[in-house]
Order: sequence, then structure tokens, then C-alpha cells
Amino acid sequence: MTVSGQTVPQKCTIRIMGDPVSYSCGRDQKVLLALEGSRQMAVRVGCRQGGCGACRVRVVSGQYRTTKMSVDHVTPEERAQGFVLSCRLFPESDLVIEPAFVSPKQSRNQEPD
Amino acid sequence: MSQQGLLRPGIIQIRVLDVDEAITHYCDRVGLELVSREKDGRVYLRCFDEFHRHSVVLREADRAGLDFFAFKADCQASVEEFRKRLENYGLKVDDVASGEQPGVGARIGFMTPSGHRIEIFADMALSESENAPETKNPYIWNAEPKGMRAQRMDHCLLYGPNIDQVEKIFKECLDFTTPERVEVPDGTLGIWMTVSNKAHDIAFVRHDEPGKLHHLAFFLQDWNDIGYAADLITRYDMSRDLGPTRHGITRGQTIYFFDPSGNRNEVFAGGYTYYRDQPPRVWDHNNVGRGIFYYERKLNDAFLSVLT
Repeated sequence: MTVSGQTVPQKCTIRIMGDPVSYSCGRDQKVLLALEGSRQMAVRVGCRQGGCGACRVRVVSGQYRTTKMSVDHVTPEERAQGFVLSCRLFPESDLVIEPAFVSPKQSRNQEPD
Repeated sequence: MSQQGLLRPGIIQIRVLDVDEAITHYCDRVGLELVSREKDGRVYLRCFDEFHRHSVVLREADRAGLDFFAFKADCQASVEEFRKRLENYGLKVDDVASGEQPGVGARIGFMTPSGHRIEIFADMALSESENAPETKNPYIWNAEPKGMRAQRMDHCLLYGPNIDQVEKIFKECLDFTTPERVEVPDGTLGIWMTVSNKAHDIAFVRHDEPGKLHHLAFFLQDWNDIGYAADLITRYDMSRDLGPTRHGITRGQTIYFFDPSGNRNEVFAGGYTYYRDQPPRVWDHNNVGRGIFYYERKLNDAFLSVLT
């Protein structure tokens, strides 16, 4: 595939901070599912549907896009800081991520939506 | 079994991130009927073997989880009696006007100390669907059931703090009993409660964060239908959590999976018939794994922490 004459790789490399292994993820593939297929243990697998927050990570570097995720787990401010749910994360370049699971947050649950 | 007052689970209203994806999931996969889509965006669904208008309500929001769980009472006088008992206990009870949901009469509601909204109502219109269960010389169904062939919305499991207080309220104000419980060294971990002769109509597990939904369960005919549901989960690449397996608690045969917003669903078959004179069954911390997942005989991380 070429865009503006440059070759764009179909697969991106995902690295997890502190993990020597690198993982391969397609641009149309959710990062969590690529990691789950590789049996890595650093990122937790939960609902895989953007609702539970188990797979929360911070993208340290790289380009990406996301689809809808629960604001209980990623607020708009956090999203601007690179926090995402990896089950809603699609790479657009090689990525470096770090696990960012947060245990229960009592205050957020009380906010109206 | 003589049953007066509270009858059964009647309505669950849940939040979904994308209502169209949720309709595909609950109608095409789980097999519910789309009853109506109202101006405020809420979507009303009915399982094929339910006589009344709807049982599952979807509301699009920016977070998943439970809006409320409602029980149906035998008459309005019973609803007023429950109001008195809840208020005498010290709880604040509010009113929801008749018609707030189409076809549903006046409802009362209160917040549990676990952070969940529970409602009670007496009146709901019977389904006008041509596929509603028949009452005269009935066929077992009019049109063959779709998807996983969910017969009814059966129960839910909720996670939150103060479940000792929740149990007291459900027993003292709403006539529930607790057929099964999990007791660990620092207290009660879980309670499975019923107001009927099903093994459970609602369950609670102790958890720091209030107001969480663990799962919403649909009743299937038998173990073969649980297997068929598992076939559909693989065919449509649905997010499976665990199973097919059996619960030691309730003895239900089960699969856990997730809707497209991460709300956990269960399809469930079997479960014992309960009568109030049966002594409570108690599970301890050494055996709770077998209580929850009877074949695996151990709890997994997701059961205790993956919630919406």
C-alpha cells in the first residue's frame, strides 16, 4: 500500500514499557486483541468492549485512533494525555504503551452522565 | 408456592455506549424482540416467552452499567405497603410517574447502601406482539425463537459495598430470602437472594466501588441451548468471558460473555427449585471457587474485578 508515494507498513510494532518482547498489530486490529493473541501478561483482559477499564493503558509514543470508551475509565482530559482502553485502540504507527489499570474509583461513579 | 407481594424481576435498564450495536447484540444474538424505540432514545426489548411488554431497556450514555433493576409486585396496594416498610426502615423512597416508560404504571424507587437503584411497580401492559406467548391452546412459540433463544430476563448480579445492610433491607422490607451465601474470614462476600422459588432473583457481591453491574442473565431452556449459545458466540466473534460451565451456587449451567459496551451477560439454564423452608447453603473461602465455577473449581480475576 502506498500513500503519497511512501510505503505504509500494514503491521505496526507495539512495545510495552518494561517488556523486552515486541508485538505485531495490524492497523485495523485492536491492540488488546493482538496482545491477547500473543499471550502477554502485562495488560489485563476484561470485557474487550470499552466498558470495564481492565485494559487501560497510556500511549507513550506513536500515532493511533480510538473508538468509543466509557468515561468511567478514560475522561476527556485523560484521553488528551494519551490514556486509552487498549480494546478500543488501533495503531497508525509503531506504539509504545504502558499499563495504566486503575483500581475502583469511587468518585467517578457518582458523576451524572 | 403461594406468592404474594413481590413477584419477580420485571425490568432492567442498562446504559450502552452505542445503541445500534446493542440492538444487534440483544436482538440478533441473544434473541430478544425489539418492542419500541422512543423519542428520548431509549430502546425497549422483550424475550420471546415473556407475557408483558418489555423487560430490558437500553439507554445510550457515555458509560456502561446499570441504571436500575425493577421488581414487579402483584398490585398497587402491595407497592404502597413496600413503600411504607422501606420508609420505616429509614430509606428515602421516590416516585416515578406512570408512563415514564411506555406501558408501565407508577413505580417507586430507592438507592441501596451498595449504590444501586431498585424499583418496584405493579402494572405493565401485556405484550401486543403477534409473537407474544399465547394463552388459548398455546403453541410453545408462535414464531421460532431467534439467536440464543432467551426465554426471559432472569436475574442480575450487582457489586458494591455494605451488602450486609442490603441483605437486611431485602429481607425485612421486601420479603426476600437468601438460599446461598459465601462467607470468608472477614465477613460475607456474596449473597444470592430470591423472592420466588427460583434459586435467585438478584445477587450481590461485596466490592469497594458502589453501583457496579457484574452481569445481567437470561434464562435458556437447557444445556443444549447453552451449547448453541456458545456456537453463536464463536460464529459472531463475540467477547466470551467464561464457560460453558456450571455454577455450584444455584447449580445453574452458564456462559458469561459481554455486550458491545462491556456489560457482562449470562445465559443460564437449570438451577434448583427453592422453597423457603430449605436451610441456607453456605460456601467458605476454601471452596468458593467451586461455588462460582463448578468445573474449573477456581475463581478467575475477571469474576471479581471486571464490572461496568
